[in-house]
Amino acid sequence: MSDKEILLSVRDLNAWYDESHVLHGVNLNVRRGETVTILGRNGVGKTTTLRSIVGILRKRTGEIEFNGHNLMRLPLHKTAKTGLGFVPEERGIFSTLSVEENLMLPPKISNSGMSIEEIYDLFPNLYERKTSSGTKLSGGEQQMLAMARMLRIGVDMLLLDEPTEGLAPVIVQRIGEVLQTLKQRGMTILLIEQNFRFASKIADRFYLMEHGLVSAGFDANELPDRMDMLHEVLGV
Amino acid sequence: MIMIFGIPIQAFLGQLLIGLINGSFYAMLSLGLAIIFGLLRVINFAHGAQYMMGAFAGMLLLTWLGVNYWFALILAPVVVGITGIIVERFALRRLYNLDHLYGLLFTFGLALVVEGTFRYFYGSSGQPYATPKLLSGGVNLGFMYLPIYRGWVVVASLIVCIGTWLLIEKTRLGAYLRAATENPILVQSFGINVPLLLTLTYGLGSGLAALAGIMAAPIYQVSPLMGSNLIIVVFAIVVVGGMGSIMGAIVTGYALGIIEGLTKVFYPEASNIVIFVIMALVLLVRPAGLFGRDA
Ligand SMILES: Nc1ncnc2c1ncn2[C@@H]1O[C@H](COP(=O)(O)OP(=O)(O)OP(=O)(O)O)[C@@H](O)[C@H]1O
Ligand SMILES: [Mg+2]
Repeated sequence: MSDKEILLSVRDLNAWYDESHVLHGVNLNVRRGETVTILGRNGVGKTTTLRSIVGILRKRTGEIEFNGHNLMRLPLHKTAKTGLGFVPEERGIFSTLSVEENLMLPPKISNSGMSIEEIYDLFPNLYERKTSSGTKLSGGEQQMLAMARMLRIGVDMLLLDEPTEGLAPVIVQRIGEVLQTLKQRGMTILLIEQNFRFASKIADRFYLMEHGLVSAGFDANELPDRMDMLHEVLGV
Repeated sequence: MIMIFGIPIQAFLGQLLIGLINGSFYAMLSLGLAIIFGLLRVINFAHGAQYMMGAFAGMLLLTWLGVNYWFALILAPVVVGITGIIVERFALRRLYNLDHLYGLLFTFGLALVVEGTFRYFYGSSGQPYATPKLLSGGVNLGFMYLPIYRGWVVVASLIVCIGTWLLIEKTRLGAYLRAATENPILVQSFGINVPLLLTLTYGLGSGLAALAGIMAAPIYQVSPLMGSNLIIVVFAIVVVGGMGSIMGAIVTGYALGIIEGLTKVFYPEASNIVIFVIMALVLLVRPAGLFGRDA
């Protein structure tokens, strides 16, 4: 893996909500084709890290380089065009849009995305419900829709914030299969996950966050040696 | 003589038509207000002034440049829409991060300035705008005399309202608008230029007001205060329909126009206040409005 180019590089990232300083110098790298998982307890700043990378949170300092672009300098609506796809924790499905309108909403970035037929093959539920309102879908279906939406537009990298949160085991398994498929196709993924068992099956590498900082980073094969430390920090 | 509920049918149908015509303007104006409020969260008090500017634009285009009604129907909304775009780009945009009250106060102030300026140059009295030749005259429907221009206003306003509704509900641009109404930041993170969308929406809303204004010019007098008289009623209609509901704004506009007209037949004393009475009742029973989603 380590021979691949670095696609996303974050250096000394600080971020604030109004006056409250939440990120205190986050450093991380993701190489092309890798699946990297960020672990960490509630409230340590995992979501804030993704929101700062995407640029939804603007009060930030440090360096964010993605695909040769300096993301610190881009307005929010230009960030997506660099090839970054964000699936937020709250999923962001629109109630006044149908399932299909939700799916078609983001403009295409490149032609490398999936066709609408491929997407409906991968997510048959979405096809069956394509004319109903986006928020009439179940939580799991909304998560699939939020992911499918990003797969259509041809992103180079997916940022996923706790895709399995609050979902039934069968759905979690289904999402795991989808991520495996994406991985095999060479998609780069940065995944936030509290479900450690889920993450350990797909991640190539892990970062551990504590108190607004990345406190450790290790490969998947180091996992057995790290278990005691993770149990202690995460309480899993 | 044919009677309906003890009223001569001519009087009944006459007031129904007047109500429908007023309703046509109510619908177009409350539609623009609802679109602007939905996306920008601004209660656009300048809407009446923009309606008035549309009528004046039509009149001045005619007297200065000899532009006829049909071209003015396109040009007046474009001109007023561009002024709206400038106002949004250089002033309104700066207020989005503040309390909604600032947007309301700013547009209210803007309306006073614009109306004051027109009054300074053109006085308070109204000026006529001739009905276009193609639409002058009327037809005898047997039970009543229908001035053709008024029939045209009803039809044209229906086309405008349905067209705008289709634009918002059925097109890709409309999907952007609806999505940005729900969650502008997320929509922008998808690569859609939401600040530009806001600017264009204010331009569209002001342009719709101006379109209503130029359509009103041949019926009512063109005067600096024509908008401020009307806009209070329109705000009451928007409250009844529910802020931010597009279809609600349209349906309520026509319905209250008709109710107001029929009140003139059955209980003329109440015709000026019936809309406000309905507004008060709706606020008591359904504060979010008949078509509004609870915030
Ligand atoms: N909108 C906000 N305004 C103010 N503070 C916030 C906001 N969102 C998050 N915070 C604070 O920032 C810190 C980091 O929050 P963040 O959402 O990044 O945590 P997280 O690691 O994603 O947690 P979780 O696992 O619960 O999703 C927390 O202390 C939280 O209270
Ligand atoms: Mg989170």
